[in-house]
Amino acid sequence: MRHLLSIEDLDRGEIELICDRARSFAEVGRRDIKKVPTLRGRTIVSLFYEASTRTSSSFELAAKRLSADVVSVKSVGSSVDKGESLRDTIATLSAYEPEAIVIRSPEAGAAALVANWTEAAVVNAGDGKHEHPSQALLDVYTLIDHVGPLDGKRIWIVGDVAHSRVARSCIRAFVTMGAEVTVAGPPTLIPRGIETLGCEVAYDLGDIGEADVIYALRMQKERMNHAFVPSLREYAVNYQINGRRLGPRQLVMHPGPVNRGVELSPEVIDGPASLITAQVASGLLVRMAILYEILAGGERPRPLSRIGGGGDRSRESESSPIGEPA
Amino acid sequence: MSAERDDIGSLDWRGEGTAGDLLIRGAHGFDPLTGLDRECDIVVRGGRIAEIAEAGAGEAPEGGEEIDASGLHAFPAFFDPHVHLRTPGQEYREDIESGSRAAAAGGFCGIVAMANTDPVVDDPAILSALRERAESEAVVPTGFVATVTKGMAGRELTEMAALREAGAVGFSDDGLPITDAGVMRRALQYQHLVGGTILLHEEDPALTGDGVMGEGAVSAALGLAGVPDTSESTMIARDGALCLYEDARAHVQHLSARTSVEAVAAAKQAGAKLTAELTPHHLVLTDEEVRSLDARFKMNPPLRTEDDRRALIEALRSGVVDCIGTDHAPHAPHEKEIPFEAANMGVTGLETAFAALYTELVLPGVVDLALIVERMGAGAAVFDLEPSRIEVGAEADVALVDLDAEWEAGADGWESRSVNSCFAGRRLRSRPVVTIVAGTVAYRRREFTMKVAG
Repeated sequence: MRHLLSIEDLDRGEIELICDRARSFAEVGRRDIKKVPTLRGRTIVSLFYEASTRTSSSFELAAKRLSADVVSVKSVGSSVDKGESLRDTIATLSAYEPEAIVIRSPEAGAAALVANWTEAAVVNAGDGKHEHPSQALLDVYTLIDHVGPLDGKRIWIVGDVAHSRVARSCIRAFVTMGAEVTVAGPPTLIPRGIETLGCEVAYDLGDIGEADVIYALRMQKERMNHAFVPSLREYAVNYQINGRRLGPRQLVMHPGPVNRGVELSPEVIDGPASLITAQVASGLLVRMAILYEILAGGERPRPLSRIGGGGDRSRESESSPIGEPA
Repeated sequence: MSAERDDIGSLDWRGEGTAGDLLIRGAHGFDPLTGLDRECDIVVRGGRIAEIAEAGAGEAPEGGEEIDASGLHAFPAFFDPHVHLRTPGQEYREDIESGSRAAAAGGFCGIVAMANTDPVVDDPAILSALRERAESEAVVPTGFVATVTKGMAGRELTEMAALREAGAVGFSDDGLPITDAGVMRRALQYQHLVGGTILLHEEDPALTGDGVMGEGAVSAALGLAGVPDTSESTMIARDGALCLYEDARAHVQHLSARTSVEAVAAAKQAGAKLTAELTPHHLVLTDEEVRSLDARFKMNPPLRTEDDRRALIEALRSGVVDCIGTDHAPHAPHEKEIPFEAANMGVTGLETAFAALYTELVLPGVVDLALIVERMGAGAAVFDLEPSRIEVGAEADVALVDLDAEWEAGADGWESRSVNSCFAGRRLRSRPVVTIVAGTVAYRRREFTMKVAG
């Protein structure tokens, strides 16, 4: 894998490869010294043009766990803030000859453009409302970890689909992994033509009982300025996932940060059905796997241990190329 | 100075007053308006076509040039009712010389420049200065429209009578719609005093919102805000009704959607004096191109679906659409080689217009060559100008085109100052080789040689 720009570029085998690699890194996190020397001497630039807590911190920590040198550039306080163009910024940073650039941008296609301008491998950490591939990969990993293969699983993605890159990447990833995906939300926030990604569309939660997994999206308060919905109260009445709507055995996911009491009720966030903290933990492992695959991967190194099929994890980690503690 | 002009609505160029003598030998003369369709020698004297002789029988005028045009087609040269020359104020994108040279390279003998410059052309002094520059710089005859509203702000009418007096060939706020229906109505009423047509960029900003591409499956997949086709068609319907009510005329620019075609057809059917225009890019490309997120495919109105494209082609055939205009819109690299949402809207088009249509529509048999040639000249009529013809007595405005030429668009550079072509990198068939205006050679490709006769 040269870059990670979009889920659209990945087939099922590549998604499974990253999940398997992430699984092998889970063991590193259980060591006293949570670090392997795999990427020692490699430089990774993390360039964030938007506020981010989870994604930026987990990419940075993932790089450090792999012993890479990390340079973090945020738009605020940098030359980006002074009006430098994306292309000039990339030219400047490329002078350090980084092996990888992780980029978050408010504009669709920014990561793909950067890939044309630099020798470095490029990881898309979110481009506008287009894609957020590492989020979708960690969500697939989390789900497989909890429910096994996604074939035939019913996943409902609920909320502001129109403005959500997470929704677009997750629809693609879940469909690729065999799940049946339904998107649901206010008609003003479901883009015309979204069903061409292979999902069903619902405008109310009447049939949400059929879902195995409910993936709630963040309801961004700034959308209120454009009057996409009349009020957050009305939104919550119609689309909030709460104890009354949530059935037994249904699992709940959310990309964070959560608006408590809007898209999810507090008892659901903190309840047993919630996979939200598992998603954050998976994020680190999956981002280690992504950096590993684009910088040190290449060949598929060994047979995959599909979930539930691996009683043989010990031998697998022996032959794993991730190395000894640094 | 402007008050001295009595040539209302005329075009300006640096060849004004020239009246060339030449012989175009052995071209395949092809003019849908006159029915000419045979190999011939075209003799030009004093800037006008003096004789259309049998091939080999024409004699070069004394001292005139002889062009060996064997293997080439001679079309009546094209007319573009819709270009942006970016002058004054944005000469880093284009100027009168470079833009009109691009037009000549595309086989055009006339162009009309829009007024959304910096400053906008809302004042007779600006217009007069532009016309003077065109007299010394324009490679082909160039007309200028003035804005409909002061500052293109959409609120107050410009001094349209004074602007017309100064030589505005028409009026347009192109780049922006005239959102206020009351302002639009007054402009149409005022037309009964000043004459000229009003060219309309039809778009309802409330429906466009933050849209950057056509709304549909592709915008949904990319997470880009879409522009619904109703943004265009509802405004066309409004202005069709206003034209009808005021018995005024207007020209609808760059249709992009099936619903827009239907709105124009309905207004024409009801008796409204509307004309309409289509761009080569809307006839050839669809929103599928935007999947690349390459801003060379970003323009306003946006590319739409294959169904829309088919409706536009049908509108060209049926006559709902009167002419082809390129909406040649140059932008600098730092305005286009950036993320799609941040990039400027607009693509260049003069140098690829005929070749793109010939390659993508004529060669596959979708439309006839005659239809393309005729509609590429028909824009002149929007400004009450005679489309060029290849017939004895007509001004010698001829495009010599090599229909067999194969080239990669942009591979050997552009005459335009800007490179934001949506056809760049495409293999195209056919290429204008020589453009003759009033019997003089306004442009020839460098490799094409000519000799002086006698």
